[in-house]
Amino acid sequence: MSGLFDLVVSVVRVAVMLAFTLSLVPILVWAERKGAAYIQDRRGPNRAKILGLTLGGLFHPLADALKLLFKEDFIPDGAHRLFYQMAPMFALAPALMTFAVVPVGPPVVIAGREVALQVADLNVGILYIFAISGLAVYGVILAGWASNSKYPLLGGLRSSAQMISYEVSLGLSIIGLVMVFRSVRLSEIVASQGTLLWGIVPKWGVFVQPLGFLLFLVAVYAEANRTPFDLPEGESEIVAGFHTEYGSFKFSIFFMAEYVHMVVGSALIATLFFGGWQVPYLADSGFVLPGGAALGLPGPLVLLLRIGAFVGKLLFFAWLFIWVRWTIPRFRYDQVMRLGWKVLLPLSLANIFVTGLVLLLIGGGA
Amino acid sequence: MAIGVKKVARPRQMSGGETLYLLEILRGLGVTMGHLVRNVFRQENIATIEYPEVRRVMPPRFRGLHRLMRRPDGTPRCVACYCCATACPAVCITIVAGESPDPAVEKYPVRFDIDMLRCVFCGHCVEACPCDAIRMDTGWFTPPEHTREKLIYTIDMLLEK
Repeated sequence: MSGLFDLVVSVVRVAVMLAFTLSLVPILVWAERKGAAYIQDRRGPNRAKILGLTLGGLFHPLADALKLLFKEDFIPDGAHRLFYQMAPMFALAPALMTFAVVPVGPPVVIAGREVALQVADLNVGILYIFAISGLAVYGVILAGWASNSKYPLLGGLRSSAQMISYEVSLGLSIIGLVMVFRSVRLSEIVASQGTLLWGIVPKWGVFVQPLGFLLFLVAVYAEANRTPFDLPEGESEIVAGFHTEYGSFKFSIFFMAEYVHMVVGSALIATLFFGGWQVPYLADSGFVLPGGAALGLPGPLVLLLRIGAFVGKLLFFAWLFIWVRWTIPRFRYDQVMRLGWKVLLPLSLANIFVTGLVLLLIGGGA
Repeated sequence: MAIGVKKVARPRQMSGGETLYLLEILRGLGVTMGHLVRNVFRQENIATIEYPEVRRVMPPRFRGLHRLMRRPDGTPRCVACYCCATACPAVCITIVAGESPDPAVEKYPVRFDIDMLRCVFCGHCVEACPCDAIRMDTGWFTPPEHTREKLIYTIDMLLEK
């Protein structure tokens, strides 16, 4: 019986997470197009209709996906057939896999058994994230190389250089956080962010590691190939970069991968630096304010609040991705490399050193 | 004469806060969010014209779609002289002349088609017309259609405008 229970729980968790991540993609595409339009004093998509309803253009991503689905699925002459077809899968799969270790809520008790609200509560959570997100670059490089075309190759080269440079800072920027929370298991990191710092401020990663947060944010943007680091697809220079030679649904898989990367990046920022599912001053029994005032809440409501808090944080950071894209122009290639190696890397090393020094001095490491 | 020394304007030195870049990014985010909020709540200020529903008002001398004029008795003013078809650089006017039932008028156009897909809206036909029978003052350009046939305007359509 318990084997069946575990199986059902696992399948349901995977299905829910997958559905959640993938259903966010059209919403983000819509937010991107509509947000961009309003930021640029335009109206944005408002034409696609179902039964006379436009819902502010929400059907446009759907129409785009349908259109791409019905397009001819071609492979260009001279392309490496196997790698050309593998590349979109390599782009999308790691992005989806990373979400597996992100906890969306506290563990809940179902039928007398504790169930974690994440697909896999790995004890090497952060290492797993780096291992998998390191694979994401293969999709881009394979696409660039297998297309047998100059612009995709340039895009793939840029992307490999950029992602490898920023992966270093991405990893190092988290070390400080791991030192403070003394765990690489994401559920433990989130749980320890529920305590208060000096009795007032929630002990979120952003408050104990402000510099680490900033470095991580920049590195995540570079890893997700989003503006201002979208050199791999810099359309003014190299047409569309690595996916120039892709069409039909293979292209839309690259497109989806970009947005899933955004979702996962936002989920990681929220989990590591903004308390994940933690709501400030919300304990298991209800709100407990620092002054001593308390407000009791029923358990299910607390759970809903916490999951809602996680989703809210995720959506905010996903919007930040979009917001930044329509604010900052693209970096030049040498500027990206200079920022990565000469600014982010020394800063993240300094951050680790200072964090260690402070932990040693206040004895927090003991 | 001494060689003039031209002072080239250089960008000014950035201040410490500007070289840090982060504060400027935050200010930029503020600007874009300001535009977004303003456009969401004051949609009427967006310059976009919702084209098929809302028509732009063209200036009075805008050279747009052709129309054929009528005489007071309702017959077309055109006498099928072929001046417009001859003047047309795009060869988009097709005229078939017929004998007019009116003894005072020699010919009338049996067919007068303008192929809007070929027309370059130069206005030479209007200049060439000796009877002021063709004008381009409808104040509108060619609307989109789903078939090519619909864009060949016949004499009835041109007289209707």
